[in-house]
Amino acid sequence: MATWTWFHRFGSPPWVYGFAARWAPWFGGAAVLSMLIALYGGLILAPPDYQQKDAFRIVYIHAPVATMSMAVYSTMAVAAAVGLIWRMKVAHAAAAACAPIGAWFTVATLATGMLWGKPMWGAYWVWDPRLTSELVLLFLYFGYMGLRAGIEDPQKADKASAVLAIVGAVNIPIIKYSVNWWNSLHQPATRLIGEADMDWSMVWPLLLMLAAFFLYFGWVMLIRLRAELLRRERNASWVREVVA
Amino acid sequence: MKAGPLQAARLVMVRDLRLAFRKPSQLLQPLMFFMIVATLFPLTLTPELSRLRDAAPGVLWVGALLSSLLALEFLFREDAQDGTLEQFALSGQSLTWMLFAKTCVHWLLTGLPLALSAPVAAVGLGVPAEAMWSVVAALALGGFALSLIGAISAGLTLGARRGGVLLSLLTLPLAVPILVFGADATQRAITGGEIAPPMYLLGAIAVLGVTLAPLAAAAAVRIGLE
Repeated sequence: MATWTWFHRFGSPPWVYGFAARWAPWFGGAAVLSMLIALYGGLILAPPDYQQKDAFRIVYIHAPVATMSMAVYSTMAVAAAVGLIWRMKVAHAAAAACAPIGAWFTVATLATGMLWGKPMWGAYWVWDPRLTSELVLLFLYFGYMGLRAGIEDPQKADKASAVLAIVGAVNIPIIKYSVNWWNSLHQPATRLIGEADMDWSMVWPLLLMLAAFFLYFGWVMLIRLRAELLRRERNASWVREVVA
Repeated sequence: MKAGPLQAARLVMVRDLRLAFRKPSQLLQPLMFFMIVATLFPLTLTPELSRLRDAAPGVLWVGALLSSLLALEFLFREDAQDGTLEQFALSGQSLTWMLFAKTCVHWLLTGLPLALSAPVAAVGLGVPAEAMWSVVAALALGGFALSLIGAISAGLTLGARRGGVLLSLLTLPLAVPILVFGADATQRAITGGEIAPPMYLLGAIAVLGVTLAPLAAAAAVRIGLE
């Protein structure tokens, strides 16, 4: 099973600590670069929308952070499951590092959506299914972080919050479906590829921005993971060597 | 001879029911709470029955959810403190089945009585008499699903120092689908619509809960006992 040895190294906190240190700057640099290019493309090169004029440009932040708010939850749930099943400390640390980032992406999604909603819908908030499920997602993140903070024993906190993350992941599709039970005000998802609804000059900055936010997530996540590992392993000898 | 999981579950049910009926005042508390909540809405909203009727599904379901949460705190906590749950976990019997039995008792003692007494509150909210059976059925079925979801969060918060608010924080987002379909069924009952679609969906959630929730609750309780 020689092909699997790379995976086992991820079980070692000092190795992951070093790995995160090596990769974080690359993620950060790529994120900043692609974000700048995408912003230029989205705010300056792309033509204004024929209906929404310049107000549509918030989509370059709103749609990527909305995607991230869900992608981060999936990442967190997978990391939590890996930690629970293979008893991998690093995976639990990764899940813990994900939660606040995901919560902030969710807040950003709601905030940009509200700013866009005021001129377009005439109200900051409407009880549309997608807004509502995004709000419930925020509460799920709060619950996850609250449970982590509420349990003193770190190993118990890891395992209990992992069970919650998995239960939440099972429940999210049902929540989505149940809030769709109402009628939707939100515009249906836009097709980007194939028979596209948007012109390519508007699409490429959006896709690049999405990539930029994934890189940004990787960057912040690696930094948080390092801090999390240092905090958890503060009594281990490798931390003393690293800090000294 | 070793008892089977069903027999163990039956014994746990009998034990929990007997214990609960030794403390009847604790039994009535969620019910009282529900009635008081239902009374506060006419006082704060409007005494007009026609307007209360529009708010009735929300009042009934939020009240049911809150009183179910109130009782949830006692689902595992006392048994965890006096070591009973530890004995359950060490007994060699399926913890999943025993916790499922405890959850069923929780529903029998809070969800079901609440559903049966809901017509009293519903009359005060202007719900027409012909809708009562549907209101009771929806609350009974939804209450069962709420108990199952609640068992998971009650298990998860065993390890936490101050479980109360945390318990609500964990349960409320997970309970959203039950509230949506339950309130929709109640709404349809009041306006004389077809209640079958939301009832089927509530039933589906309850079935999914029966299948998965006791497993998750058992995993959570094991973590809490470690």
